[in-house]
Amino acid sequence: MCLAIPALVKSINGETAEVEVGGVVRKVSRTLTPEVNPGDYVLLHTGYAISVIDEVDALKTLEMLKEIADIESGQV
Amino acid sequence: MNDKVLLAHGSGGRLSHNLIEKYLLPYLGNPMLNKLDDCAVIELNGRIAFTTDSYVINPVFFPGGDIGRLAVCGTINDLAAGGAEAKYLSLALIIEEGFPIADLERIIASVSSTAKEAGVLVITGDTKVVDHGSADGIFINTSGVGVIPEGVDISGSRAKEGDKVIITGTIGDHGIAVMSQREGIKFSVPVVSDCAPLNGLVSDILKVSTAIHCLRDPTRGGLATTLNELAVQSDAGILIEEDKIPVKDAVRGMCEILGLDPMYVANEGKLVVIAPPEDADRVVEALRGNKYGKDAVVIGEITSGHKGRVALKTRLGASRIVDMLTGDLLPRIC
Amino acid sequence: MNQGRFNQMKYIDEYRDTELGKSLIKRIARLSKKPVKLMEFCGGHTVSILKHGIRQLLPAHIEMLSGPGCPVCVTSVAEIDKAVCLARKHGAIVACFGDMLRVPGSNSSLQRAKAEGADVRVVYSTQDALEIARQNPLKPVAFIGVGFETTAPTVAASVLHAFTEGLTNYYILSLHKLCPPVMKTLLVSHEIELDGIICPGHVCAITGSKPFEFIGREHDIAAVISGFEPLDILLAVEMLIKQIENGEHTLENAYTRVVRDEGNRQAINIMNEVFETSASYWRGIGIVPESGLRLRDKYRGFDAEAAFEIEQPSLKENPGCICGEILRGVKKPYDCFLFKDVCDPEHPVGPCMVSAEGACSAYYLYGGENE
Repeated sequence: MCLAIPALVKSINGETAEVEVGGVVRKVSRTLTPEVNPGDYVLLHTGYAISVIDEVDALKTLEMLKEIADIESGQV
Repeated sequence: MNDKVLLAHGSGGRLSHNLIEKYLLPYLGNPMLNKLDDCAVIELNGRIAFTTDSYVINPVFFPGGDIGRLAVCGTINDLAAGGAEAKYLSLALIIEEGFPIADLERIIASVSSTAKEAGVLVITGDTKVVDHGSADGIFINTSGVGVIPEGVDISGSRAKEGDKVIITGTIGDHGIAVMSQREGIKFSVPVVSDCAPLNGLVSDILKVSTAIHCLRDPTRGGLATTLNELAVQSDAGILIEEDKIPVKDAVRGMCEILGLDPMYVANEGKLVVIAPPEDADRVVEALRGNKYGKDAVVIGEITSGHKGRVALKTRLGASRIVDMLTGDLLPRIC
Repeated sequence: MNQGRFNQMKYIDEYRDTELGKSLIKRIARLSKKPVKLMEFCGGHTVSILKHGIRQLLPAHIEMLSGPGCPVCVTSVAEIDKAVCLARKHGAIVACFGDMLRVPGSNSSLQRAKAEGADVRVVYSTQDALEIARQNPLKPVAFIGVGFETTAPTVAASVLHAFTEGLTNYYILSLHKLCPPVMKTLLVSHEIELDGIICPGHVCAITGSKPFEFIGREHDIAAVISGFEPLDILLAVEMLIKQIENGEHTLENAYTRVVRDEGNRQAINIMNEVFETSASYWRGIGIVPESGLRLRDKYRGFDAEAAFEIEQPSLKENPGCICGEILRGVKKPYDCFLFKDVCDPEHPVGPCMVSAEGACSAYYLYGGENE
């Protein structure tokens, strides 16, 4: 449930943030994530940023997936 | 002249004639239409293709087009999908009392420029005005006639096992452009309707292949619905690959945000082409040489399995059924 | 869609990578020996699993069951009737998410009410609903608040905005529900014996991981918090299988880029400021204590149920419809006699078919070639 999509914060103005998803620019509320800044990626749900996406953790997950791929390609 | 359309403009009297002379003929005029006879007389040889469609789109003006352009393109494209060379159109307007004359003029100008681009003439028409509240601004009906050249035999039922399925460009542009304009969903999106007359595109294809089996424009219901229709008509199975379907970034972004699948979003300037495998590459090359087909690509093929149904091979290699659109396309949160 | 010729969407496309996905599938097949029952609790997971064909790619002895995590599906007939009553009887402008429009009530739906002249408007956000209220100061605007912990804070935020602005015509019909209580109810019932649960990643983005720790601690069931892209789900399945094969049962987080242990404190605070818990009726399950949200006394002025006389309709469900059993994972859509026969997306009988992420709708639209 809960269709939420990663979006890049382009600018902030009070409680509003302007975000971009695949070329679509939208004004959303940052009432639930007042700590966001331009350059952050947020999770967007029904017009609100509900969580900040952690770049470091994202890369760790991808690294883990790549390791699994390396291991599996070595298996019969 | 008042700046709004009045009931009297549709009553056939002096005001009606003023409307036609001042706002219709200057844009649409040609020797046949200018006669203003009750009917237009045409001489055509060969197999005649004939089609009609009504346009009730709201909003009337949207990024990349308007109801006038749509009314011309939609009917021309139906003729083109039958392999016909479009020749003549009728234009019937039902206008709501109070509709701004400036908007009407803009729409007629659009009808005119689109018809000119496509090389067709509007040769007969009608104008009615209804009470305020009885129409949504303006409704347009266009009927079109064209001639199908000898040797051309295109029909939704002709797809054969092994044929390639080609889409002439990116999907979902029109539906998203219109949705972005509509009340309640406001985005500032550089997505523009793909509304375009495709008769030129079709004649380009027919020049390189006389064996095209099916042509169809994936309008309401999108690519998924159109492929399902063809699968049923041809009693064939269609398999498409998720990775190959072209979608503009901004359309994908909007669809992700709203929870929509681009395969179900309307197009007004695209064609599904089903061609024998030996002609597919030539056809794609010819399409890419035309401004309305530059993103053309093979997305799948006709198979022997799951007759009457459409299957999609997902990125992970599984395959799943693609059904036609049921109900309305609605944004969702879940 | 075509990735090669168009730009990547960050944090989405990387988690849809074909080669990485195939490796995960290979790994799961290699590690998984025993037959297991896994539940994806959340409707969004059901849709993603079916849309990407994940069920087909997993070994047959891993059985995937869909749970009741579809807030639209578990909205009762009575709750829909309340929403319809607001539109019809009280002439309110009813604003709702698209998902709600076609859900059948006892004899109507919001879509039907709209066709009959009621002012029902689909909105994408409570912000749109607030704007409608500002632009129509003389008409009551009632927003149908549906959704779990992911959505409730956004509705709470809108109430706070209305409160600060002094808007007097904005109301909420709160149909919000909470996940952990219903999960507890399901697990305690032992109606099905699960080996693992894929936990809802976006609910956890708000609540954090703590509210779901009871799954492993009290029920000895493995649990993994998962995102919604195919690689996220496959990674969660891999982690569940590893736990199960090793006889472990804890809560792990596979969605670390979004979910923190402590969740989103600001969102939790806003939700708690505006809402308190109450008993709630879950379609197919019944009344679950402390599983719903209602507006606190301080914000009673925004409560549609307090402001308008709404008939309290019966809780009778449509006989023959087994959405309840499907929501509890006891039956699958194709076990239902009505599935595809009488009940389809054009003529839905129950909410599992109407909701875009209901199990029946997902199976109908995406069920593999041979289903």
